Amino acid sequence: MASTDTTTTSAGKADDLAGLEAGLDALDAVQVRRTPVREVLLKKVLPPVTAVLLVLVVWQLLVTAQVTDEFKLPPPSAVWDSLSTMWLEGTLLDVLWTSVSRALLGFLMALAIGTPLGLLVARVKFVRAAIGPILSGLQSLPSVAWVAPAVLWIGLNDQMMYAVILLGAVPSIANGLVAGVDQVPPLFLRAGRTLGATGLRGAWHIVMPAALPGYLAGLKQGWAFSWRSLMAAEIIASSPELGLGLGQLLENGRNNIDMPGIFLAIILILLVGIAIDLLIFSPLERAVLRSRGLLVKS
Amino acid sequence: MATTATLAKAEEDRAAVTHAARIEHVSKSFGGPAGSQLVLDDISLDVAPGEFVTLLGASGCGKSTLLNLVAGLDRPSAGSIETPGGRPALMFQEHALFPWLTAGKNIELALRLRGVPKAERRPEAERLLELVRLGGSYRKRVHELSGGMRQRVALARALAQDSDLLLMDEPFAALDAITRDVLHDELTRIWRETKLSVLFVTHNVREAVRLAERVVLLSSRPGRIAREWTIGIPQPRRIEDAAVAELSVEITEELRGEIRRHGQH
Repeated sequence: MASTDTTTTSAGKADDLAGLEAGLDALDAVQVRRTPVREVLLKKVLPPVTAVLLVLVVWQLLVTAQVTDEFKLPPPSAVWDSLSTMWLEGTLLDVLWTSVSRALLGFLMALAIGTPLGLLVARVKFVRAAIGPILSGLQSLPSVAWVAPAVLWIGLNDQMMYAVILLGAVPSIANGLVAGVDQVPPLFLRAGRTLGATGLRGAWHIVMPAALPGYLAGLKQGWAFSWRSLMAAEIIASSPELGLGLGQLLENGRNNIDMPGIFLAIILILLVGIAIDLLIFSPLERAVLRSRGLLVKS
Repeated sequence: MATTATLAKAEEDRAAVTHAARIEHVSKSFGGPAGSQLVLDDISLDVAPGEFVTLLGASGCGKSTLLNLVAGLDRPSAGSIETPGGRPALMFQEHALFPWLTAGKNIELALRLRGVPKAERRPEAERLLELVRLGGSYRKRVHELSGGMRQRVALARALAQDSDLLLMDEPFAALDAITRDVLHDELTRIWRETKLSVLFVTHNVREAVRLAERVVLLSSRPGRIAREWTIGIPQPRRIEDAAVAELSVEITEELRGEIRRHGQH
């Protein structure tokens, strides 16, 4: 056995080592810095605001230069007037809510169907061979194509809208999950197996969390598809019983040759799509990526 | 205390078996379109309880393949492998920590998969982090740690499996020389404290001599055991020790001879 002398020297050595290691750690540690609010405003908020202002200025200039008839290109102020009229009549929020609630509910249903479907396609070889290609093919099929059969099968009602949303969004969500699972590094699977995470435990502890970024990207796209599908359905299948959504607003504008109304509808459709993405999906995606160190600061 | 009791029991178990791993006449070939290729040829090797063995060889000697076989990630084509202490722990060249978990939670996942009750996981993870001298890093994310710190967390996670046998697949190959040197010291310290058996794969002769009690040289294509050295230099050693250097020269000569054979036909 080691004598007392050796023990003291090795204890001294251990202290040396601890100090050396602490120094290395301090030198190597990755510095993580939160961006100050000022910088966020300057770098993230200012550029898009400038772009929007520029578009408005160009728009107004085109109107002032009278490049075309006023019923074809209304001035920004006329669109603003339509907006305030709707607000004063109290219909604006109703119209928005009709469409947004439909899209969100449809999206949630797509989520409930697309997630297990994606897992099946990703994990079961037979299912993947059978419906994998169809699922990715469906993504390139414009969902407006589903409106006609959906109206004939289901009729002019809310269920028809949901059917169109599902057909548009489910493939995106399922495909996102499949891509996420496919991109799980094999090293994680091997590490998981040596730790004893096999079968269902492996799926739960390793595959699902590792696939989360791809899944979230699929959800984001799924939302965009939900919204687009719903607008297609609302524009084509308008009927008084369906209530007034943004798509019908656009269609009504066309029927009444009300260009400010059409512009307003288009702008609102765009704004809602962007707002949901900015408020829900982008923060979620960023939080996941940041916690994994995958968000590269420029 | 319960831990002392388990330790004592583990001690008894270790005394009862004569080996932490027994590799007997193991061969492995991989099938390909051009016929199967023999990667490992009739390897027999025992790792005694508490022993530190390095497997040394040039590329193509199948050392990582052998480690995968011992880890149970793959099956040998012939022969048998016994690990009486259960599933061995395995450390890779890449840290293989899960980026969606903190350093502490990575270790807790290993504990959870081993069946450690929830209440005991946190203190045990903290203890293991202390052991690799990362006491304050429980909440750190993987990307916030340096390369050397990541490998230490990976070591702590491997230790969390509470296996008698730790397999290491070139775990320090991607680190800078200073960090690697420090981690050699750490590994030696932890090996002596925990009395683990270690099977360590490397292509770095000095690293092999610095760490091991026994160095096993594998020839390439197919991998066969070419020669063995028992290292008598007392620990703690340093990689720049004259005795380490002297033996390294001898082993390197042998390794070069093995490699040269492949250029002759």
